[in-house]
Amino acid sequence: MNRELKRVSGVVLLMFLALFVSTTAIQVFQADNLRQDDRNRRALLESYSTERGQILVDGQAIAQSQPAEDQYKFQRTYAAGDLYSAVTGYFTLGQGSSGLEDALNNELSGTANTQFLDGINRLITGQDPKGASVELTIDPAAQQAAFDALGNNSGAVVAIAPKTGAILAMVSKRSYDPNLLAVHDPDQVLSAYRSLESDPAEPLQNRAIAGDLNPPGSVFKLVVTAAALESGEYTPDSTFPNPPTFTLPGTESVVTNSGEGACGSQETVTLSDALRLSCNIPFSELGISMGDGTIRDMAEQFGFNQSVDVPMASTPSVYPTDDLGDAETALTAFGQQNVRATPLQIAMVSAGIANGGDVMRPTLVESVLAPDLREIRGLDPSVFGSPIGEDTAATLTQLMVNNVENGVASNARIGGVSVAGKTGTAENGTGEPYSLWFTGFAPADDPEVAVAVVVENGGGQGQSGRGNTLAAPIAKRVLEAVLNK
Amino acid sequence: MSEAVTEMISRDQQRPVDKAASVNVPRRLRNLELVLVLFASAINGGALYLVQLGAIGAFDSSFFLPAMGLAVLVLGMHVALRFIAPHADPFILPIATLLNGLGIAGIYRLDLAYGVAGWESVAVRQVVWTGLAIAVAITVLVMLRNHRVLQRYRYSAMFVGLLLLLLPMLPLIGREINGARVWIGIGSFSFQPGEIAKIALAVFFAGYLVTARDSLSMVGAKFLGMRFPRVRDLGPILVIWAAAMAVLVFQRDLGTSLLYFGLFVVMIYVATGRLSWVLLGLLLFVGGAMAAAQLGYVGGRLNAWLTPFDQSVYDAQGGSYQLVTGLFGLAHGGLIGTGLGQGMPNVTPLANSDFIIASLGEELGLAGVFAILALYLLFVSRGFRIGFAGQDDFGKLLSIGLSFVVALQVFIVIGGVTRVIPLTGLTTPFMAAGGSSLLANWIIAAVLLRLSDTVRNQPRVVVQ
Repeated sequence: MNRELKRVSGVVLLMFLALFVSTTAIQVFQADNLRQDDRNRRALLESYSTERGQILVDGQAIAQSQPAEDQYKFQRTYAAGDLYSAVTGYFTLGQGSSGLEDALNNELSGTANTQFLDGINRLITGQDPKGASVELTIDPAAQQAAFDALGNNSGAVVAIAPKTGAILAMVSKRSYDPNLLAVHDPDQVLSAYRSLESDPAEPLQNRAIAGDLNPPGSVFKLVVTAAALESGEYTPDSTFPNPPTFTLPGTESVVTNSGEGACGSQETVTLSDALRLSCNIPFSELGISMGDGTIRDMAEQFGFNQSVDVPMASTPSVYPTDDLGDAETALTAFGQQNVRATPLQIAMVSAGIANGGDVMRPTLVESVLAPDLREIRGLDPSVFGSPIGEDTAATLTQLMVNNVENGVASNARIGGVSVAGKTGTAENGTGEPYSLWFTGFAPADDPEVAVAVVVENGGGQGQSGRGNTLAAPIAKRVLEAVLNK
Repeated sequence: MSEAVTEMISRDQQRPVDKAASVNVPRRLRNLELVLVLFASAINGGALYLVQLGAIGAFDSSFFLPAMGLAVLVLGMHVALRFIAPHADPFILPIATLLNGLGIAGIYRLDLAYGVAGWESVAVRQVVWTGLAIAVAITVLVMLRNHRVLQRYRYSAMFVGLLLLLLPMLPLIGREINGARVWIGIGSFSFQPGEIAKIALAVFFAGYLVTARDSLSMVGAKFLGMRFPRVRDLGPILVIWAAAMAVLVFQRDLGTSLLYFGLFVVMIYVATGRLSWVLLGLLLFVGGAMAAAQLGYVGGRLNAWLTPFDQSVYDAQGGSYQLVTGLFGLAHGGLIGTGLGQGMPNVTPLANSDFIIASLGEELGLAGVFAILALYLLFVSRGFRIGFAGQDDFGKLLSIGLSFVVALQVFIVIGGVTRVIPLTGLTTPFMAAGGSSLLANWIIAAVLLRLSDTVRNQPRVVVQ
């Protein structure tokens, strides 16, 4: 009987060996994979009960975690929720997050790879885990100016420092208060989320970088002009026929200029005047003779048709990628048809022109600071693309300055500062209110800030509002806020 | 005869030489047990204290003191052993105490997370059941002075065992909980009679096999290089197989079914020395289980075992959600755990019963799981030791059966949680929430203590 018992002992030993092996496999070797599984609620819950890092603007916390009395230990609060909602986004318990809270979750929750050693250190020294803080590039004065100037309009503002790509302002309206979604009661979160989502003003859309994109209208003429000048075949003095109406090739559709007449009184019109007066017909003619490929190339070099991480991923602005006929090309040449753009993209166009042709990669992050204030990551300006050369950039700057000083962008003038700018008044279809645009930069000779503004729904004025009357004054206040510092 | 056994016998034969010292041996054993029991109780108290600090941040005597009252009962059992079983194994009681205490700490920790207190609290009920179980264990020790008495009641044991097994199938008192019909209930009181049945069946198997081993050892046809039993001797194994299949089909409890059948196969192998019984048993069970896999729930368990991370399996009713959540818990604990009271074991369903090891593994880490597994292994090895040293075949078989059933149960439930085998519903001995399981395992501990006392107490002249 003892011989059998010995064998049974061996079997029992093997059974336990299997358990030792299986638990080791799970708790050591597979642990990382299991922790990263999307369905792992513990990893999520744990990230809620660590002290999440602050989001800072000029050293002031706009989002921070404060000790709370419940099981999650910390309550996320937003000091100026509405003002920064397009930047911070929201952070809920288990029901998703958005904006920087989502894009920088690893850093803020302290789980980024760069913070691994800190995590070990805190584990050994018995300190509670803590996430990194993020200092933003936002200029609070510009942010406030943009927020106030947009008022009750639906729209967005993006301001960029052309030389670095640092985003100085990012506002989207209607804004919302992320504090409503940071509460710990899931039912409250859900009801707050549902009411925000069903709000016809769509406050959860970040119109600065995403949302339902607007046609850029005439601000897209900057891209078309850049393509024309960069091709070497056109100069500002190149002339185009100047009829009062233009029938699109192969169709019966008719294009008119916004003034319902010819562009000036001459038989022909120069590229320079066409841009200054923002006439559509000369640009249609230019577009047809350049072809959609040339325009598309330039648009894509400025960033169209691709997403940019700021670090939130932007929705790609669109220049149609299928081959276009002449009629369609003519319409895209003044930013209609299926061209769509975010204010971020349009600001990048201005910033590229302002920076001598180099578009810097836009970002919101100035630095990532470990809990001991050591800098984990700093601002590292890099070139996103160089769509145009310095000469073209200088010419375009001149044209844009002219546009503000003597043209249709007059409401962006600032006393004592030369401002470069371009307006846009884009149609959204028969009877629909316009999307009103302005983009530009200042000072024109040494640009500190480039800005793009979009006002949706015609700014409440249906089809009678213009980019110059509604969008340009908003841009002006943002430019002033940065320059007056 | 193998070397180890020869060596043991020769060691045993030397024992009369230090006869003078043997007078003090029982006292030494009991003193060792006392130290270990105090040590185990201190660990249990520390675990409870840490749970309170981790989960509520303060010491709360309202649960701590009653729970530590169990230490007094354990000490009472220790004192009883000094008088009625002075030669008993000194490790069994401390191990049972420690496992039981860690289980209570784990269950209490979950109660804190669930926010239940008073009689709603599973931990409070667990403490009361533990008290009752220890009292019953002491009673067993007092009543059962000679284990050979049990051999006489082998057929009564069979009757009781089968009755207990089949009780849940009766209308009125049978209850189905979480899909398995293995409970009986009267009012709010529910009980899993199958847990007690395993003791009765171990007694029956031991008694029956001692008498029937000779005929069962007779060989029939030779096949695959192995001599198989005669067809007319297949009766018993077929009866047990049928009972196991009935449990599988009608009570929908794969774990219990596997446990009883595994117990029988191991005991018949030890009794007869015929490996062919094991082969036969395995074939019968796997064949039966595969036929039963056509029943929805067994097939579902297999899928959940093989592809738990598949989204459709994960989402399925009775799918792998619980298993995967338990794995997440273990992974969350990692090597050293989150610390008692600081994990999130409450995320896993049934965290205080089937998944108690995942709960403790999350907060104590791999280190804690290894310690717990080592305690079980030590417990089982003490039982096998009695089997090696025992002088009567009935006692040997009984101690092997009872220890093996603990080992197999640990393997089935922890192996299920850690994906060694498909997950089946069984309780983790001494740790999982549930009165019937506690009662059964404390009785097993008492019987093993009695058997070990008999083994050491009796002169070695009995023929091996």
